[in-house]
Amino acid sequence: MLFPFTTHHERMTMRFRLSPLLFAFVATPVATRVAAQNAPPATATPAATAPAAPARVTTSPGAGALSIPNADPFPSTYKPFASRTTVIRNVNIYTATGPLIRNGAILFRDGKIAEVGATVNAPSDAVVIDGSGKYVTPGIVDDHSHLGANAAPGGFARTGANELTNPVTANVWVEHSVWPQDPQFPRDLAGGVTTIQVLPGSGNLIGGRSVVLKVVPGRSVQEMKFPGAKYGLKMACGENPMRVYQARGPATRMGNIAGDRAAWINAEAYRRRWDNWLTTRAGDPPQRDLGLETLAEVLRGNILVHNHCYMADEMLQMIDVAKEFGYQIRSFHHGVEAFKVADVLAKEGIGASLWADWGGGKMEMMDGIRANLAIVQAAGGKAIVHSDDPSGSQRLNQEAAKAIAAGRAAGINVSDEDAIRWLTINPAWALGLDDKIGSLVPGKNADLVLWSGNPFSIYTRAEKVWIDGAMLFDRTDPKQQWRTDFELGFVPANMGGNR
Amino acid sequence: MRISQMLSSVAGLAMIGATAATVARSADAQTIAIVGGTVYPVSGPKIEKGTVVIRDGKIIAVGANVAVPAGATRIDATGKWVTPGLFNASTALGLSEGNVPAQSGGYNDARAKGEKGIAASFSAWMGMNPASTFIAQTRRDGVTTAVVWPGSGLLVSGRAGVVDLAGESVAAMTVRGPVAMLADIGGGSESRAEVQGKLRELLADAKSFAARKAAYENGATRAFVASRAELEALQPVMSGKMPLAIDADRASDIRAAVALAQELAIKIVIVGGAEAWQVAKELAAAKVPVMVGAMNNIPTSFNTLGSRQENAAILRAAGVHVSLIGNAGGGENNFNARNIRYEAGNAVAYGMSWDDALRAITLAPAETFGVADKVGSLVAGREGNVVVWSGDPFEFASQAEHVFIRGVENSGMTREEELTARYKTKPPTYRK
Repeated sequence: MLFPFTTHHERMTMRFRLSPLLFAFVATPVATRVAAQNAPPATATPAATAPAAPARVTTSPGAGALSIPNADPFPSTYKPFASRTTVIRNVNIYTATGPLIRNGAILFRDGKIAEVGATVNAPSDAVVIDGSGKYVTPGIVDDHSHLGANAAPGGFARTGANELTNPVTANVWVEHSVWPQDPQFPRDLAGGVTTIQVLPGSGNLIGGRSVVLKVVPGRSVQEMKFPGAKYGLKMACGENPMRVYQARGPATRMGNIAGDRAAWINAEAYRRRWDNWLTTRAGDPPQRDLGLETLAEVLRGNILVHNHCYMADEMLQMIDVAKEFGYQIRSFHHGVEAFKVADVLAKEGIGASLWADWGGGKMEMMDGIRANLAIVQAAGGKAIVHSDDPSGSQRLNQEAAKAIAAGRAAGINVSDEDAIRWLTINPAWALGLDDKIGSLVPGKNADLVLWSGNPFSIYTRAEKVWIDGAMLFDRTDPKQQWRTDFELGFVPANMGGNR
Repeated sequence: MRISQMLSSVAGLAMIGATAATVARSADAQTIAIVGGTVYPVSGPKIEKGTVVIRDGKIIAVGANVAVPAGATRIDATGKWVTPGLFNASTALGLSEGNVPAQSGGYNDARAKGEKGIAASFSAWMGMNPASTFIAQTRRDGVTTAVVWPGSGLLVSGRAGVVDLAGESVAAMTVRGPVAMLADIGGGSESRAEVQGKLRELLADAKSFAARKAAYENGATRAFVASRAELEALQPVMSGKMPLAIDADRASDIRAAVALAQELAIKIVIVGGAEAWQVAKELAAAKVPVMVGAMNNIPTSFNTLGSRQENAAILRAAGVHVSLIGNAGGGENNFNARNIRYEAGNAVAYGMSWDDALRAITLAPAETFGVADKVGSLVAGREGNVVVWSGDPFEFASQAEHVFIRGVENSGMTREEELTARYKTKPPTYRK
């Protein structure tokens, strides 16, 4: 399985990257196919309807030069690690779809979940693990991370998530700041986290593109990129942009919203210009603009919006901005006041990516309450536990446990099964990957965690972690543990023994 | 008498402590008997179906066969866990409200300007706002006592105090203060050797000042690097009565701090101590207490490359006196000062014994800061700081069901509870 999840489009792009000469011979057809692959659904935009017209260009520009929607200039080169058919028996299983299966079994093979239930048919060649007293969950998905971009050991050289040079930097792609040797990656994996969304920071109104990564070792960020994952766009409300741009503006909340609207007005004009050209292919293509291209992709529905927004009133304003320009907010991040508008978030189908107990860090965080996740859940919304923190990300199970307790203390009936979804299928949905990861059902990727006990106990630790069926962390075997280049010589070797 | 005048001598502070106790006990004094729970006195083994009796704000009896005094308010703790009030040894509670700066209408009283990097006479905790909502929510989760520190950043950043988390004035809340002097030993932006040289010079001047006070008053000494108030404030450190708290992570910095303490015959406490586990034997031999977190494992700088979660367990195994402090994650630290119990739970997950972990958030810090005769354990004569938990206090599912501070159970909803109640149904009711 060389490129297990690559789409046709990605393979073509790959070939282009590997063999420019070959590409030169087939340039026009490839470019056309790329356009066809990436065009949004027929109902969405004019671009979808007629990409077939032959290009009139006489030279052979690459797909990117033509600003094709979703052109993929930095394609995933992720390859699953070696895996073995595995059965875990006598284990308690949180599937994230149904009730806890007590003393059940799970079989995974060829990187996919094969069977889950009270018992499974174990092939003779399967590795069999006794899970007595232990628990299995889907791999945890953290939809708000800055790993790799704001890397350890920190400082100027390794702080790369916030391009604070302009309030709108839709042109930056955070993957270009991701350092695969960030020692925070293996620690995150040891916390049971298998998929993360790395987002640009919140200093800008529009911070740039996110990237979805598998928490795996690699020489480049491309080797970590989740094949086929959509990009996200980071937006931010409130005090951060106001503070950063106090001198030049936006210096107020009204300035923030005006800045957002101005950006979307430009983006809509750009989208029309390009979609028109992609339909007619008449004359020179318009000049590309990286920032507007990203925003146009949001308007076409190809990029998901992740909006940092603490306060209830601001969330409602941002929903109106989204409606004004015809995009959908996928999830509000950090919303410490989501509990005040949980009904609206549920109605609008917007996720709430939240901490369990953060608050008080600034004026807009003053109303943080620990029943936040439970109230969002009870309103029928998509509650998500996120971290925004390399330490918290390692213990998202503990964060969920705090939120369960807070919900119950507030008289809200939250089940452990609900809380598992906050960590798995709900964030997978926020990333548009809920068809591939986030629950333990046959056919889905074998991303899973074996916990030493109930994941909501403080004494429990992730014991083994698999991604696409490959065991990438085993707490019981220090030799199996990933050490980054950075750690060699710097971080004592025994540190790898028992993260 | 102005507070600044009261602070001009250690004797003055002792008086504040005495006043505090009187004020807190005058109201609501009564007899309370907590019966039937599993009692963890910390100072001794757990007691099944034990009884804790509090009278006039003090614990008067703890044991398996303790008679409930007539007229006592009886609290049935059957199936519950009873512990001393938790002690968070690393907070700046009451010194700011949510990091809202003064220009936004907030306050931040944690940092002194100092002079030439010296603010030894700065008594940070005296600037506390007892009405801070963060104090109430910390107390609500079973934390009854805290060390309130100055912010770091100077060569000598100031003095910390121990407070109980209830009372209308700082004087009433103060258990003892000052209890420690916060100093830097390098590892920031300035050269370590220069920082340590400056610290030695200051301490040498403090010593010289004490020996030549009369000459100083007559203007007959050479100029010292710090003013009279600063040199005076350092005297308890020089005499070994008050520890110098040194924020140090790198193993070599911890060794430098131990060497300084031995050279000057002063007491120190290591705060932070990311790589303390590498120096465990030396710290045990030198009897230097250490305050570490249990959730730190990221090499956040070249000073913390050896950061690991087994730190506390390794230190304890070597015989080091360990307190756990919360320094991992959490937005605004004081907002989550309530989470100290989760440091303990995580320490257990990484090898510390459960008993040691409870001690590390109760009696151990009380000993380090010289208040073990008042708080940190369930022993007759101690303050009535007692918590009844629904279960294992380190577990997320457990709640603090009763929290007594000096024998008084604080009623009333926290701000968090009010917000939660208001928005359980929508639209909310704005009138109450």
